[in-house]
Amino acid sequence: MSENLFLMVAALVIASAFWVVFSPNLIHSAVALLFTLFGTSGLYIFLYADFIAATQIVIYVGGILVLIIFGVMLTNRIDSPSIAASSANQFIGGLGAFAIFVMQVAVIFNTTWMSGKPNTQQSSTEAIGKLLLNEYLLPFEIVSILLLAALMGAALLSRKS
Amino acid sequence: MANNFTFLALFNLFLPLASFLILIFFGKHIKNFAHWVSLSLIGVMLLISIIFFKNIFSHHDTEILKISTNWFTTGSFSVDLGILINNVAAIMLLVVALISFLVHIYSVGYMKGDPRYSRYFAYLGIFTFSMNGIVLADSLIMMYIFWELVGLSSYLLIGFWFEKDSAANACKKAFLTNRVGDIGMFIGMMILFFTVGTFQIEGLIDGVKDGAFNNQINLLTVAGILVFMGAVGKSAQFPLHIWLPDAMEGPTPVSALIHAATMVAAGVYMVVRIFPILTPAALEFIAVVGGITALFAAIVAITQNDIKRVLAYSTVSQLGYMIMALGVGAYQAGFFHLTTHAMFKACLFLCSGSVIHAMHHSLHELKDHHTNPQDMNNMGGLKDKMPITYWAMLISTLAISGVPFFSGFLSKDAILAGTLAYYYMHHGWTIFLPIAGFGAAIITAFYMFRLIFMTFFGEPDNKNIHAHIHESPLSMIIPLILLSLLSFAFIFTIPDTVNPIDSHGWLFHAVPVVSNVAGLDMGVIGDEIHHAHHTAMYISLIVATIGIIISILFYFLKWISASSVSSGLNKLKLYDISFNKFYIDEIYDIFLYKPFMVISRLCSKIDWDLYDQKFIDGWGWFTLKISDKSGEADYNWLDQRVVDGFGKLTQHFGNSLKLTQNGVLQNYLLGGLLGVILLIIVFQQF
Amino acid sequence: MDSLTSYLVIAAILFSMGIYGVITRKNAVAILMGIELILNSANINFIAFNRFGGLNKLDGHVFAIFVIVLAAAEAAVALAIVINLFKNIGSVDVSDADILKG
Repeated sequence: MSENLFLMVAALVIASAFWVVFSPNLIHSAVALLFTLFGTSGLYIFLYADFIAATQIVIYVGGILVLIIFGVMLTNRIDSPSIAASSANQFIGGLGAFAIFVMQVAVIFNTTWMSGKPNTQQSSTEAIGKLLLNEYLLPFEIVSILLLAALMGAALLSRKS
Repeated sequence: MANNFTFLALFNLFLPLASFLILIFFGKHIKNFAHWVSLSLIGVMLLISIIFFKNIFSHHDTEILKISTNWFTTGSFSVDLGILINNVAAIMLLVVALISFLVHIYSVGYMKGDPRYSRYFAYLGIFTFSMNGIVLADSLIMMYIFWELVGLSSYLLIGFWFEKDSAANACKKAFLTNRVGDIGMFIGMMILFFTVGTFQIEGLIDGVKDGAFNNQINLLTVAGILVFMGAVGKSAQFPLHIWLPDAMEGPTPVSALIHAATMVAAGVYMVVRIFPILTPAALEFIAVVGGITALFAAIVAITQNDIKRVLAYSTVSQLGYMIMALGVGAYQAGFFHLTTHAMFKACLFLCSGSVIHAMHHSLHELKDHHTNPQDMNNMGGLKDKMPITYWAMLISTLAISGVPFFSGFLSKDAILAGTLAYYYMHHGWTIFLPIAGFGAAIITAFYMFRLIFMTFFGEPDNKNIHAHIHESPLSMIIPLILLSLLSFAFIFTIPDTVNPIDSHGWLFHAVPVVSNVAGLDMGVIGDEIHHAHHTAMYISLIVATIGIIISILFYFLKWISASSVSSGLNKLKLYDISFNKFYIDEIYDIFLYKPFMVISRLCSKIDWDLYDQKFIDGWGWFTLKISDKSGEADYNWLDQRVVDGFGKLTQHFGNSLKLTQNGVLQNYLLGGLLGVILLIIVFQQF
Repeated sequence: MDSLTSYLVIAAILFSMGIYGVITRKNAVAILMGIELILNSANINFIAFNRFGGLNKLDGHVFAIFVIVLAAAEAAVALAIVINLFKNIGSVDVSDADILKG
């Protein structure tokens, strides 16, 4: 049962990803991206990463995707669809992407991965919180400063003048 | 004593050189006081010569001074320079110094007002230096060096008034003729050097005595004759006498110094020095040359009208006497005649200079620039106007004519005795030599008195000129008086004898009889001369008297008309031949000068038209062509194609590669991606 | 079926899709979507390795959190830039932004 579910979720993710990059309509791409992000969150559930799954939905879908749709709306006339990519670059780009994929797959299947007992703890939130504030305090603070800078940068870049 | 003599000899040599150097470099500043510099230096030189002269009585067979120093050494031989003063050299030194000093004093008056006054005295200085060098030299090479210097000084002095074309030509002629003689001298010197091995005269004498020329006696004869060629050139013997009459273009004191007393005597002096190594055959040749010269020059002198020309030919003739004397072996007689001749010939020239000076001034006052002041036909009756000059000239003329009580008689008598003795010894054709000697004596007496009568006696043809004649200044008179006093016989014979017709005085005793090491027996010659002495004396008295009487008849009493006799003789063209100097100059012109000029022009044409124009310029044309091609290669090929080609290639590539920068970010990303893939593949291989 | 390699393969596919999207798409916002795909694939990798790697800690999760945070910040700034681009050259077609063309 869970295997079938897993395959379905995986198929959703991959199919949505395809539609994101191949769709001629930008809104369709955005919606496909939504489905991809949902699928990814499902994959996280399968990987017993409950906190991350929730965070993914909240931030990615609720924040970033909305922002992207904002961008789409603000920079396009909604009634004219976007033009597809040029053909030359399509071929070369596809070739390159495929090569990358092939290389990665080769590496994946030729490496003996370290294996141990799968991690199956019930709730990760507390553990993540502890880690964040003990071992990863410095990156935490730096990321907060970075967020501040990004905030200021975005505000500056979109000034009226 | 020897050390002192060294310094004195070196002073003697270099004082006139100092005079020359000072006057050449500072003459412009000294100007009219130049004569004080040279008179003081030459005066000191005269005193030194007198010191050497005083020593000849104590050194009869030894030298007064002999020093030498090494000049250079190369491998197998070395050349030395040195000074040799024996009695002959000491007497000659005094003669040179005395005549030079007197000529310096005379020139103060004669050359007054000349624009190149200081340079004249400078040239006299270098001449005296060179002449001293010849006298003092102990080796043939050193003598040769000063020989050439004397030739140069003569050139400078003859051509002193070089603005006149005739003077410029004359000095050139003198120098070149001297050079012809010097070639022979050099070849002879080299023959002697390569056979014996040294240039030193004493070394040569010893070498010949030791037999360096055994089996080669003809070579020694040839060497002797060749060295004598230098004397032929320098002492104006036939056939190289042509320069001496032309040399009269120089100032008269120069003629007195150089062409009467000293330079022309250098040839005789040289023969005296090398007398020991001259073979009998060479001496015979020398005697014949001297005899021909003596007779020939005397014949030419009869018809000359220029007062200095007469004296010039007279000098040539007297030099012939001296050479003839040496040739017949009358060694001491020849040298004796050299000394006496120096005195009276210098006096004669200076007197003629005095006359010319007076004539010049007179013509200048008359504003007459066309009449020749040296032509005797324009003179006449100067006896009353210029008494001192007249008496000095008369005394010298008596001396040269061989009248007893005067010095010329003694020396000429000795020479004529020598020629007679030679004939007695050899007979046959050698009768020519006494005939030449006595013939020249009679002719000499004739033309010298002709000169006296035409100049000082009779009525002057041009009264105007005569009116303005006056005696010369004191600086010119004093040397005349001194020299005429030295022309008396007793000067040369005291204190040994006061017999006016006995020539064996101090000079004869001072000059030793050298022994000839080349085959001549001087003892036999001495005996024969002794036997012929009286005969010669009587004959010379007779010929002198006849000559003077004929001259009186022609020119003083005018009982025989000179012009009718000369036109009568001219039926045989004799007058013309004599007047035109036997046409020697013209013959040389046709046979020597003109062919040489043709060859010279041919060489010039080859060098200029062919070599310069075609060959040298051809190289230039060739180089230009190569340079054109090279320039073309550099510009068209290297610059345009290679260098610019690189630029164009770079530009082409740049244009092509520019297309990759299309500004679209995605393409850069694509490029980056492909690069990463490539890198991974490459890394994966290794 | 739910082993490490399958998760990694899924991540690889997402990654390649993302690369293709970045390189090929002409619209600037579409490129941003491709970038989000790439970041998500990285996240999947982190979480998968954390679960199957034998670690007792949750470092992978922390990394994934950071990645999400950075993705958000970057998306914000990038969209601000795209808005600016749109204001300056009037279109979001990236091939129109070729002022740096050589």
